[in-house]
Amino acid sequence: MIDSQIPVIQDKEHDKEKELEMLKGLKTVGEITAPNPRMTCRNVNVYYSGVQAIFGVSLDIAGNEVIAMIGPSGCGKSTFLRCLNRMNDTIEGCRVEGEITLDSENIYGSKIDVVPLRAQVGIVFQKPNPFPKSIYENVAYGPKIHGLTQNKAELDEIVERSLIKAGLWGEVKDRMDKPGTGLSGGQQQRLCIARTIAVSPEVILMDEPCSALDPIATAKIEDLIDELREQYSIVIVTHSMQQASRVSQRTAYFHLGYLVEVGPTPQIFTKPRHRLTEDYITGRFG
Amino acid sequence: MNRVAVNETISVMKPKRAIETVSKGLRKRYRAERRFRMLGLAAVIASLLFLTIMFISIFGNGYTAFFQTYVKLNVYFDPETLREDTLARADYPGLVKKTMRAMFPEVQGRRDKRNLYKLVSSEAAFQLRAMVLRNPDIIGQEIPVWVPADDDIDMLMKGHIRRDVPESERRLNDKQLAWLDRLSADDRIQTRFNWTFIRSGDSREPELAGILGAAVGSFLTLLVTLLLSFPIGVAAAVYLEELAPKNRWTDLIEVNINNLAAVPSIVFGLLGLAVFLNFFGLPRSAPLVGGLVLTLMTFPTIIIASRAALQSVPPSIREAALGIGASKMQMIVHHVLPLALPGILTGTIIGMARALGETAPLLMIGMVAFIVDVPQGFNDPSTALPVQIFLWADSPERAFVEKTSAAIIVLLGFLITMNAAAVMLRKKYERRW
Repeated sequence: MIDSQIPVIQDKEHDKEKELEMLKGLKTVGEITAPNPRMTCRNVNVYYSGVQAIFGVSLDIAGNEVIAMIGPSGCGKSTFLRCLNRMNDTIEGCRVEGEITLDSENIYGSKIDVVPLRAQVGIVFQKPNPFPKSIYENVAYGPKIHGLTQNKAELDEIVERSLIKAGLWGEVKDRMDKPGTGLSGGQQQRLCIARTIAVSPEVILMDEPCSALDPIATAKIEDLIDELREQYSIVIVTHSMQQASRVSQRTAYFHLGYLVEVGPTPQIFTKPRHRLTEDYITGRFG
Repeated sequence: MNRVAVNETISVMKPKRAIETVSKGLRKRYRAERRFRMLGLAAVIASLLFLTIMFISIFGNGYTAFFQTYVKLNVYFDPETLREDTLARADYPGLVKKTMRAMFPEVQGRRDKRNLYKLVSSEAAFQLRAMVLRNPDIIGQEIPVWVPADDDIDMLMKGHIRRDVPESERRLNDKQLAWLDRLSADDRIQTRFNWTFIRSGDSREPELAGILGAAVGSFLTLLVTLLLSFPIGVAAAVYLEELAPKNRWTDLIEVNINNLAAVPSIVFGLLGLAVFLNFFGLPRSAPLVGGLVLTLMTFPTIIIASRAALQSVPPSIREAALGIGASKMQMIVHHVLPLALPGILTGTIIGMARALGETAPLLMIGMVAFIVDVPQGFNDPSTALPVQIFLWADSPERAFVEKTSAAIIVLLGFLITMNAAAVMLRKKYERRW
């Protein structure tokens, strides 16, 4: 075991500050780099109104892989995810330091426009949030605002292709003009995924996409994630360790804003190298 | 061993005592609920009662203003008084008097004659003139003409002047009553729908006063108010809510917008007088200036309502739009504004309804003047419905009492229509997510 000085936290009223003090300078265990990375993050620090939430996280996201981020609540995994397409810009008082690149270009560079960035790095949220418009309009919105199509026929084709990829086409093809908000929770979430892939992103970020869904809908989304991997890089934040082990190739464990360990999913779940990771996946806290 | 004992104590003692305490308090709780319910019901009934009293009193007083008493005169269009070259300037009042004398040949003496002439409105002369000018061929013929009765006659016919009081305390003397009774017996008196009230502007003569001038003035004023305050209010709300950084300056602005909404309206009137009339030299009594002043008063209300509507749009919709790569402006125009629109429209209409009923600021900019003509444009002198009510309520003639109530009915009609429109718009465009 590495770094066995870090205490096992079983006491619920543990002192967070003391723990942060002990984590100071923690070096991530495992291989943070990946061959031919799509995105690279180096020394990312995030502050909310001056309070640090992410501490020096470095991580690569490879092409055609699903990387899962796990960790206890408030560990910063969602915050880190939202850095990857600058959704944190919309939060008042949020500041991001460090370097994050997409295809070797710093996305926090002064010349970068967030609009094309978010077209390249799409995001699916925890709660399904279709627009209160028709199913067709939901999927067509992205291509429309980015001007990806020349005419209606092309747009129709993109909508159909996206819905097919999201595994929703068969269920909605006869009611494209019905409101997207009238679908079931699982269908809504797949509609949101279709909406995201309609703009042909390179990376899809998923922030606990199944936490509001029942097991059957969850299984469908997980199958979908597996299929989408052939074309996209997917970063998924999840609270379910079973889900992480089912869908991902690599897993990253976050703790109190630190990236504690990252490695191939089977190894993380069977032979974790860090004490904290082991404690978490064996259910000793979290 | 020990634990079993404790468990037993709990199972024997505690549930029983707890349920006893609960049932003891239960009646008190229900009583409190009933009391609250009764209070609420009483409050609703009381407010409905007052509303009903108000409506009954206004309608009871006002509906008669929509009717007017007319008198039939057999007019001989005398070719001697009506010369072709001076048709427009001929002595038409004299023609009316002559006709009256011909109908009551027994009336002698100046005072009696004057009382006789008072039976019909001064409008009669204008009516005859218009008839002659329209069709000069009637000269030389005797034609029956219905002319409006004087307001006192009208009041008597409607029962507002009582016959059974002593003559000295009555507006009409015994002789006039006798003449009237003769006219009645000859079927020469009729009550008709009062088109004059709907079609014409104000007048010193109650039987000739109409609401149209004030209604058009109010419409033009509100049009200016709407065209200015809606875009300004919505733009300011969108900027403050969606685009402006949240800092001390925007807090200050927010506080001051709330202050602006609470400023007494007469202060806006004084401001309008100082700025729009004295500094910019805009015309006095004009709907344009009235609209500008009411805009000052209305747009803070619209800003506040619009901000509340924008705030109620869930953040998930904003994130969804931004997440696909919509720009901030696209997010606002495509998603946030359509969802906030019902709330914005409701706020706007309520603000406009308030502006419609506003009197004080209009007094300051001269819209309280006595204006007979119906305004034709934004720069014509005009008055507004609430100001017209104020003017008529101030008039001494008994007949203006019913005109005042009728004007209130018209104003309430507009207000109710606008509020109903607000409710319908909200119902129609309300979307759920």
